[in-house]
Amino acid sequence: MFKHLINYLLFVSVGIWSTSVHAVLTIEITQGADVGIPVAIVPFSVEGQVKPVHDVPAIVASDLARSGRFSLIPKQDFLSTPHRNSEVIFKDWRIAKAEALAIGTIRQRSANQFEVTFRLYDVFREQQLAGIRYSVSADKLRAVAHQISDVIHEKLTGEPGAFNTRIAYVTKEDGPTGITYKLQVADSDGYNAVTILKSQDSILSPAWSPDGSKIAYVAFEERNSKVFVQGVADRSRELIANFPGINGAPAWSPDGRRLALTLSKDGNPEIYVLDLDTKRLKRLTKNRVIDTEPAWSPDGRDIIFTSDRAGKPQIYRMKVGGRSIERLTFEGDSNARASYSADGEMITLVTAFQGKYHIGVLRLKDKVLQVLSDTPLDESPSFAPNGRMILYATAVGGRGVLASVSSDGRVRQLYKLEEGDVREPAWSPYNRELALKE
Amino acid sequence: MKNFSYIVLALIFAVGVAACGGGAAVQEPLVDEQSTSSSGSSSAETGTADSGSMTGESINEQMQMAMAGERPTKLRVHFEFDSSAIDSESRAVIEAHAAYLAARPDVRLNLEGHADERGTREYNLALGERRGQAVRRMLRLLGINSERLAARSYGEENPVATGHDESAWRLNRRVEFVY
Repeated sequence: MFKHLINYLLFVSVGIWSTSVHAVLTIEITQGADVGIPVAIVPFSVEGQVKPVHDVPAIVASDLARSGRFSLIPKQDFLSTPHRNSEVIFKDWRIAKAEALAIGTIRQRSANQFEVTFRLYDVFREQQLAGIRYSVSADKLRAVAHQISDVIHEKLTGEPGAFNTRIAYVTKEDGPTGITYKLQVADSDGYNAVTILKSQDSILSPAWSPDGSKIAYVAFEERNSKVFVQGVADRSRELIANFPGINGAPAWSPDGRRLALTLSKDGNPEIYVLDLDTKRLKRLTKNRVIDTEPAWSPDGRDIIFTSDRAGKPQIYRMKVGGRSIERLTFEGDSNARASYSADGEMITLVTAFQGKYHIGVLRLKDKVLQVLSDTPLDESPSFAPNGRMILYATAVGGRGVLASVSSDGRVRQLYKLEEGDVREPAWSPYNRELALKE
Repeated sequence: MKNFSYIVLALIFAVGVAACGGGAAVQEPLVDEQSTSSSGSSSAETGTADSGSMTGESINEQMQMAMAGERPTKLRVHFEFDSSAIDSESRAVIEAHAAYLAARPDVRLNLEGHADERGTREYNLALGERRGQAVRRMLRLLGINSERLAARSYGEENPVATGHDESAWRLNRRVEFVY
């Protein structure tokens, strides 16, 4: 008991220390949906000698509020505080104007093991929409909270959430010893930020492997750009491409066995595919122009890329096996750095109009381009795995920050560091570590 | 036409190098170098007039000093947006470096290409390389062995000016001569 208390205190103090020392991303919602779905989230009952360090319902409430798609019923409007199915009085929640109600319990089962139950109700139909039980270690409680948020999001909006995901990004800090660049990985709400690489030189283009276990990126070392693949958990690092000239723009094939990348070893920037097992390189483009920023279609058949073969950078699509090259973008001064949504129906890209760079979404079936941002230096867009949000880099007051926008343009958020710049974001695939128990 | 003037220049440098007695010139006392370079100064003026780029005596002086084996002080050339075209001002700088490299055959040069912050990072990495290669190609046309010239790109990663307007962007779109 006493030992647990010490552990708890240690954990809390470590938490505070890491908040003040490591740069933590704070997220603010800058634009919400017109009408959010009113949801009541009742604080969970807690049983056991050790209070869990992570407040699961508070994390859920913060996820939902941040998404801009929900309005949370304030606690003072709660007429009852149910934790179990038998305690729910639907009339109380109709009076509080909640359309949905979430309740739950957290019970300590052993020193480090917790059981979490969660139920979601439709208040007007008086129906249970979801009921889930998790049995996890203390360090998985935040992930459980994000999974509960995803369930609520999907049940109430009909679209999957992307809370139980991570983001990778690069920070740049000016210090007394010069500039430090860090490649960091954090939960989608900015928590649990860990540095997986620190460098005096720039780091760019992080790309998650399809299983979320590795990140490919470009780092400048010994005065040259190089492509590395690094394990997110074990930090083991492999040098993938270190040819003369540019080594850049890594992109994973959907099966995770190949990397498309840009190399200029044969004279000018061309797109290659590297088989990660055999290390065999296959060259896909051959001309005297710039070809770069490859990205795979989710079915693995096509690669889209940036090329200035028509004078200015535009997006093109080619077959991975054959030649046939098709130009996809015609609007604006230029278009670059495109990547697919998970369903393969849209690509997000950087589109330039009158010298300003915005984030756009191009619907592939009819080539309609929707511009989603209005700031002048936006870049590096990537879709969330649910295809509903796009994470990108922008600038506020001359400082680099991250922003996200829903693919319909209605919800916006900003991700800021207290100090320094943050840039080059990449949204992870779904975190499949934790299996749902329904 | 342009190529022709390069060939003329290259020949002038070749003559200049021959007049300096090749690699031996490096070991010669400073006074001797100056005396040999004075014979080549009129040729340098002819060459610069052909390229139609010189604005004042300072560049002629640079050329004379370069031919005498003294490193040019201007170590950067700049570019237009999304372009690797070399303008007349940059050409004069590159010619001075060619003269210096011709006078100092033991010297190697790294050309570091950079871009401004507009456009995507990976495209700018490619653009920076294209700029470095454009300078390298011109130096080669001026008779410098390509094995002495390396071109690298830093894209938009290492700006010299931190502003977000054309005056900063202009400074950042550059190739640096790193000896």
